[in-house]
Amino acid sequence: MESVLSRAGIWFVLVIAAFLAMAAAQDSGFAIHMGIIMAAALIGLWFTISKPDYSAIARGILRVPADESLYYDDVVRWGVIATVFWGMAGFLAGLFIALQLAYPVLNLGFEYTTFGRLRPLHTSAVIFAFGGNALIATSFYVVQRTCRARLAFPGLARFVFWGYQLFIVLAATGYLLGITQGREYAEPEWYVDLWLTIVWVVYAAVFIGTIVKRSEPHIYVANWFYLAFILTIAMLHIVNNLALPVSLVGSKSYSAFAGVQDALTQWWYGHNAVGFFLTAGFLAMMYYFVPKQAERPIYSYRLSIIHFWSLIFLYIWAGPHHLHYTALPDWAQTLGMVFSIMLWMPSWGGMINGLMTLNGAWDKIRTDPIIRMFVMSLAFYGMSTFEGPMMSIKSVNSLSHYTDWTIGHVHSGALGWNGMITFGAIYFLTPRLWKRSRLYSLRMVNWHFWLATIGIVFYASSMWVAGITQGLMWREYGADGYLVNSFVETVAALHPMYLMRAFGGLLYLSGAVLMVINVWATILGKLREEAPMSDATYDPAADRPLAGRPAEQGA
Amino acid sequence: MMANKRIDKPTGTETVGHEWDGIEELNTPLPRWWLWTFYACIVFAIGYTIAYPAWPMVNSATKGMLGWTSHEQLAKEMAKADESKGAIRAALAKIPIERLPEDSELMRAAVAGGRAAFKVNCVQCHGAGAAGSKGYPNLNDDDWLWGGDLKAITYTLEHGVRQPDGEDTRFSMMPAFGADGILTSAQVSQVADHVLSLSGKAKDNAAGAQIFADNCAVCHGPNGKGMREFGAPNLTDPIWLYGGSREDVIATVTNSRYGVMPAWKDRLDPVTIKMLAAYVHSLGGGEDFVEVAEDPATEVDEQS
Repeated sequence: MESVLSRAGIWFVLVIAAFLAMAAAQDSGFAIHMGIIMAAALIGLWFTISKPDYSAIARGILRVPADESLYYDDVVRWGVIATVFWGMAGFLAGLFIALQLAYPVLNLGFEYTTFGRLRPLHTSAVIFAFGGNALIATSFYVVQRTCRARLAFPGLARFVFWGYQLFIVLAATGYLLGITQGREYAEPEWYVDLWLTIVWVVYAAVFIGTIVKRSEPHIYVANWFYLAFILTIAMLHIVNNLALPVSLVGSKSYSAFAGVQDALTQWWYGHNAVGFFLTAGFLAMMYYFVPKQAERPIYSYRLSIIHFWSLIFLYIWAGPHHLHYTALPDWAQTLGMVFSIMLWMPSWGGMINGLMTLNGAWDKIRTDPIIRMFVMSLAFYGMSTFEGPMMSIKSVNSLSHYTDWTIGHVHSGALGWNGMITFGAIYFLTPRLWKRSRLYSLRMVNWHFWLATIGIVFYASSMWVAGITQGLMWREYGADGYLVNSFVETVAALHPMYLMRAFGGLLYLSGAVLMVINVWATILGKLREEAPMSDATYDPAADRPLAGRPAEQGA
Repeated sequence: MMANKRIDKPTGTETVGHEWDGIEELNTPLPRWWLWTFYACIVFAIGYTIAYPAWPMVNSATKGMLGWTSHEQLAKEMAKADESKGAIRAALAKIPIERLPEDSELMRAAVAGGRAAFKVNCVQCHGAGAAGSKGYPNLNDDDWLWGGDLKAITYTLEHGVRQPDGEDTRFSMMPAFGADGILTSAQVSQVADHVLSLSGKAKDNAAGAQIFADNCAVCHGPNGKGMREFGAPNLTDPIWLYGGSREDVIATVTNSRYGVMPAWKDRLDPVTIKMLAAYVHSLGGGEDFVEVAEDPATEVDEQS
């Protein structure tokens, strides 16, 4: 009873504090955000009061201690649903802003619906909401299995999940309201940053706590990558968001850095958000789900060690390549470029280890659509981690920088690598988490695979052509030594490419719609009658912590 | 743990002996090509940092063996570009604008430079093809508000239109006949019909014609052909800066219109303005000089 009371008390204090902050707010955006926080705290208060079994408390029955013989998967189930939900939101926003670039009238004449506000909505929705939820959910799933231990602090894990969703809602509504720090991929303002810091520290505690209580003597490579992702993102987030708020009850703040130092801090963050969120974190997913689905050993333990440490060491220095030919001193540009080039092989180490894990199971590409997704994902990973170092070379960068080539590069990585591996992981997880014999339909996974692949091909190739067209038109000189094109002419020239890009996005979104149907039907327990395709086997009896295994199966 | 090492059948490789949730790892050595490419990238990186500015020291970074800096590269490229245009710019600075058409080679060079400057400074309002849009004149036709010979265009470029602080700016102010209560709305309608009748777009009416004669003819001329000294447009042609529908004309007469253009003399150098004038003049509607002979001497002095 006391814990119910003290929890309700904390929620109540939060409600009051958010209300007071709302009343004292300096700007309407801050007031709306405090209103959202108050609503979230009220929901928390309601669940705290309504959920406990009061009669049990009254009769003095102690709560049954957590069953250490079962994995704690509630948060993972929520995470899978959140990943699918935010993925759809992010893909839709992406398709809409792609159409805005082709047809500016779609800005609709409201400040809330301009490209400038919807673009961060898209990027944050796909990176942090879709990708972030996928990373948190899979990390909780993978760390339990590979440590053969139940998740440490399940209550804190629930806090991480809901706290992260609140962060997403505050960030997204903030963009629409025009609240932004103007830092790419770090747009949320100071109070949202502080909230994410709290959530992230708790996330680290849950993850590290589980590793500490593991029943395995060694830490599996996927967990090295998850750990690198969690710790480095914490560091990047805190340093890049050092800022002084104008008022403690207002949304605006000013960065602690100025000028080119501010720019370098931002791109140190921005590049490593790619490196540690979208690369290290997703490599962690790859190292669990690919061998599980292929039912093969990892190709090379030695390669995993060497490419892990070289990737971690080299990535952190590559940020300055985002600031070639700017006020950034030449020496910093040089280092950004050469560290990017040295990063090529360490990045490819992950691709080799993933693809070659299929040695002895290559036939599964023909028969298993989930393996097909993982293989395509690794292929796009390899392609974009070659393209990245190439684009960091200064002479290439002088053509590619500020053009749509960069957009194409990012999307071959995001749609191909991050998207495909997440889809594969979701298809792997859903039947296991909801105790279904198989997915609703493996044929639909195959359709999803082809729609997504063709979509990416349209997207990436149209943006390559657009980017190179743009770059060449910008630097085109006539016989008299004058520039030939005005900016608006280069924009007009790209129109057909923008249409092709939007078409690619539509295909990709259509594939994701199939995933929504498939996951939904699987959760409902439906099975589509169809010609069978192959899938990895699953033994529910073995899917338990060491404490819960039958004696003969224990290590 | 080592006891769990086994030979993996399909690959014939030994495992490391660990196992996590059914996942094992093979003890495959690093692929040679991977390792050597990695070394090659590192060697390239070291070589590049020796050649170019790279390593931060206490007070400054290493300069690099090649002595290259981005500032110097930019300065060199800019100097080279300036040099290639130097002769033409010098010639353009010297020649009086009214003599420019005589030198067809210089005129061509001026038009080329003007086209580039136009694409940076003018397309925002006048459009990439200089066709203008509502409120922004089309520069391809021969309908000029303030004059279309090289000198007049240069003057408009230099001093702009309706610039608040410039005494020399092109300035005129049509009264807001309706908004200021000079005409009733019925009268505005009548005069609008008369204005439209000048280009055959409406039936004329006597009341409108009278109102026009009393209020409008002083600037637009008795026959509505316009007057350039006031920047008053020709109302008899089918070219309408703010739209030629009845509603548009009524809106113009009621509220008037005050388009503006920057005075470029404070933003661009005289040679660039000359090139811009040549380009705009070349678009199709450029007029010959009518009054060149009146005072060429002063112009020559200004330009030399």
